[in-house]
Amino acid sequence: MRHMSMINFTKTALKNFFSKPATRPYPAVPRLYPERTRGSIGIDIDACIFCGICSKKCPTGTITVSRDTKTWQIRPFGCIQCGECVSVCPKKCLTMQQNYTIPNAKKTEVSFTQAQKPTEPLSAEKNPETKV
Amino acid sequence: MIDTDISIISAGEIMTGALKMKTSGFRLVQICAVRTADGYELTYSFGREYEIKHLRVQLGTDEEIASISDIFSPAFLYENEISDLFGAKIKMINLDYHGNLYRLHSETPFKN
Amino acid sequence: MSTRSVVPFGPQHPVLPEPIHLDLVLEDELVVEAIPSIGFIHRGLEKLVEKKDFGEFVYVAERICGICSFMHGMGYCEAVERTMKIEIPNRAKYLRTIWSEMSRIHSHLLWLGLLADAFGFESLFMESWRMREKILDMFEYSTGGRVIFSVNKIGGQRKDMSNDMIMDFVGILDGMEKEIKALSNTFLLDYAVKSRLDGVGILTKQQAHDLGAVGPFMRASGIHLDTRNLGYGAYSELSFEPITSDVGDSYARTDVRIREIYQSIDLIRQAAQKIPDGEFAVPVKGFPSGEYMMRVEQPRGEAIYYVKANGTKNLDRMRVRTPTFANIPGLVETLKGCQLADVPILILTIDPCISCTER
Repeated sequence: MRHMSMINFTKTALKNFFSKPATRPYPAVPRLYPERTRGSIGIDIDACIFCGICSKKCPTGTITVSRDTKTWQIRPFGCIQCGECVSVCPKKCLTMQQNYTIPNAKKTEVSFTQAQKPTEPLSAEKNPETKV
Repeated sequence: MIDTDISIISAGEIMTGALKMKTSGFRLVQICAVRTADGYELTYSFGREYEIKHLRVQLGTDEEIASISDIFSPAFLYENEISDLFGAKIKMINLDYHGNLYRLHSETPFKN
Repeated sequence: MSTRSVVPFGPQHPVLPEPIHLDLVLEDELVVEAIPSIGFIHRGLEKLVEKKDFGEFVYVAERICGICSFMHGMGYCEAVERTMKIEIPNRAKYLRTIWSEMSRIHSHLLWLGLLADAFGFESLFMESWRMREKILDMFEYSTGGRVIFSVNKIGGQRKDMSNDMIMDFVGILDGMEKEIKALSNTFLLDYAVKSRLDGVGILTKQQAHDLGAVGPFMRASGIHLDTRNLGYGAYSELSFEPITSDVGDSYARTDVRIREIYQSIDLIRQAAQKIPDGEFAVPVKGFPSGEYMMRVEQPRGEAIYYVKANGTKNLDRMRVRTPTFANIPGLVETLKGCQLADVPILILTIDPCISCTER
């Protein structure tokens, strides 16, 4: 009985010895995340209306929204990836991306500014081909 | 599950209340403290099989209450935590840490 | 007259997953008495109720501990929902049950690995954790995170699992069951492992009752109680029996936890058959008021969530009584009379989760 029970694990140990490792050789093989992975927050800045609801709902207070300068800022190292901002955004411009924030020596801040919309051109220049 | 079986007692009656629970076969489940406007509200919970009963004591800020760790020995952890965090005066705990159970920055943080 | 000496154990020790300190009074290698000392991970999470409103506090509650994270969020949500008299839909109850049982499997596999590491059997430790990786992949596939899930909210769940996903998971668990059988043969029958666990740290039934032990630590001493029988979540519609053993030593506690893994796989299978269709959350209006004490069976034992609210958006008090807090007096009792080399094993048999104990 003593010898029987020791052979039990020996079988597993030999099997593991001759098979390939259970871990993947990251970073040589890149990590493929499943669809629902909560990695970091991304924004489509052109759709944002700067209402500030995401900033109020964020539990850690890492999002800052400024309507006057049309800027949306986030501190990625303060984000807990809960997804509240993504669910409450009325324009659905926030997305939960699958890749995690890249490690950094300092806690950075990422900001997006909405580009100034070009002013409407005069009607003569709008259709150049009709210009004589 | 808490709206039934709460008996309100005074601070002096806690020892007899605990002894009655012990002789009926109950064991200590938890002791919880809540800060109220003029003191603390201590809830002692006792359980037997799946049922649970509570004894509630309204304690003034400077009022003293005796420890039940002679009757229920696991009570020392709960009572040390309450006296550390809330500053409630619980006397004669069988293993008293004298405020050193948690290493805290300020004295009794939950009191304010 | 043999000499007594006091040896400090912890807070840093290679075998402990989290810091706990014990002052061991030794008489020539035999432990006479032990004085526990906790407080190294106190973060004061309960004081945050004054700052975060009751909806945001779910994120704080699930970060009390990394291993028992789902059930902390679930217990808090259940307590607040019952204070506000909200009835969550049936599908949400089944989803919570399925995720809870997966949480229990991964916690017990983690514990088996730590136990093997404690008596030096590193390969067995790696085998257990290799199997645990499959459960963590299932969690990432369904909730988005491996450790912190953020799927609980007041009123239900934030994400749904489609029925196909659940059936895939049941298939993976069926495959895992065979591998766990091979693993448990080593834990329960191997001569070297048995000599470290058999007859070590006996806790009698009367002692377990008086000292307030909970969970598998209590059930291995012969007390036939399981908080899941109270019927929260979907447990009232699933059939199971509490798993007990009569011996009360470390071998019995290992046996109880291994059998609980099989029971959890069976419960997930039952829930996957019975899960109803429908919505998975209800909208929440208003603020909580009143108080409630919710009891939940975590992998380590019975956890109690006490919530007191006063009608505003911040709660008055939120208190978690975790199972390890209740098991520490039992641990001190089992240490009396054991050898010094058995102390790490005995500390691990209560499955200490110190970050839960000292939120």
